[in-house]
Amino acid sequence: MSVLQPMWLSIQLATFTTVILILIGTPIAWWLSQTGTRWKPAVQAVVAMPIVLPPTVLGFYLLILLGPDGAIGSWWVQLTGSALTFSFTGLVIASCVYSLPFAVQPMQNAFESLPRQYLERAWTLGASRLDAFFSIVVPLSVRGFISGIVLSFAHTLGEFGVVLMVGGNIPGETRVVSIAIYDHVESLNYAAAHRMSLVLIGFAFIVLMAMFVLNRRWGSR
Amino acid sequence: MRVRAIIVSLALVCGPVLAAETITIAVASNFSRPAAALAAEFTGTTGVIVRISNGSTGKLYAQIVNGAPFDVFLAADTERPMLLEESGYAVAASRFTYAQGALVLWSRDAPDCLAVLADEGSGRVALANPKTAPYGMAAVEFLDAEGGWEAVSARAVYGENINQTLQFVATGNAIVGFIAKSQLGAPQLPEPGCVWEVPVSSHTAIEQQAVLLAHSASNHNAQRFLEYLRSDDAREIISRHGYGWSQ
Repeated sequence: MSVLQPMWLSIQLATFTTVILILIGTPIAWWLSQTGTRWKPAVQAVVAMPIVLPPTVLGFYLLILLGPDGAIGSWWVQLTGSALTFSFTGLVIASCVYSLPFAVQPMQNAFESLPRQYLERAWTLGASRLDAFFSIVVPLSVRGFISGIVLSFAHTLGEFGVVLMVGGNIPGETRVVSIAIYDHVESLNYAAAHRMSLVLIGFAFIVLMAMFVLNRRWGSR
Repeated sequence: MRVRAIIVSLALVCGPVLAAETITIAVASNFSRPAAALAAEFTGTTGVIVRISNGSTGKLYAQIVNGAPFDVFLAADTERPMLLEESGYAVAASRFTYAQGALVLWSRDAPDCLAVLADEGSGRVALANPKTAPYGMAAVEFLDAEGGWEAVSARAVYGENINQTLQFVATGNAIVGFIAKSQLGAPQLPEPGCVWEVPVSSHTAIEQQAVLLAHSASNHNAQRFLEYLRSDDAREIISRHGYGWSQ
């Protein structure tokens, strides 16, 4: 097993997951930051649950839901002819669930700290809601977006338990780097385990440090 | 039986208090059910409480090398016990085969295991990771001998261990899988569509070996447990759970 294939697979998985999470996470975060409904705490709790739940709980239900007999899995089988479990697509779905709070929460925080007058001024000047969002909210919430992107990417890269339960360890398809490391440790190939682990440690340090540097730069502006 | 189980579990909870009369054994996950039955029997006759730590052979090995406080190791292979013996973590010459595993092909939905194994469009084939699990290695050897590994590997999914492999098939996520015969007695297992015993001659024997760990070399109770493991009583329990012996 090469070092690069699982690494590359993990990067692909994290990239897909991050893009999807920003696309679906932004409206959720925006709605949460603006809503006055009494259901807000309940929705917030649902979004934050993957932080608290053990990966085994997520993995267990995803295995059932995404399996050929499951609600989502059976529908997918009808649509495409193949099951979602043990597939890259299945891992992307699992990762989106798993990393959702890491995308939504930083963006929501950024939106909530936005002075309300800016938006109201834009609206009174005749900007549409969408226009105001992209020309006022997005530029002023860059820090939130960067944190959301970096954290969901890094968190997906570090995913292990869920993938172990729904992945099936298929080379090039679901054998991501964390699973490959686990394999190497189990088969006493410590040299390979060290190689991959050190790459991940270095990567995690660089990514997180870059985020804090960027945050400070934007913060002091 | 139930009363004894309750007493044993109560005793397990109070284990640390009775440390002198307690042994801790590390058990490969495929052997967890027979190990529990053996431990209950052993406790019943000797009064010595047996604490069981389940895990994969590779994980338990790494824990032992890094100082885990186990007295006895019941592995799923011969390699790790041998390595422990060579590197001095296990008592020399304490190693013996306590069970020989049998491989079966199992499916929840298919009526004919071999047909569905050969049918490339039928779905995923589950096996334990051949790099880490002896049952997975045996499955690959069987398929290799039959000339079918090439085709099967394209639709194989790998369980982290033999229990996860069964779980993949039992939930219908894989159409057929290579599992341990001992798992057929697992509680709550759905009715199988088919079960086919893989001929023992088609793969290297799955020998499961036990060793006495070095820091427990003079632990009388641990020695007694290993002696008990070789007794006819113990072998009867072991074979009832779907294992055999080579010797």
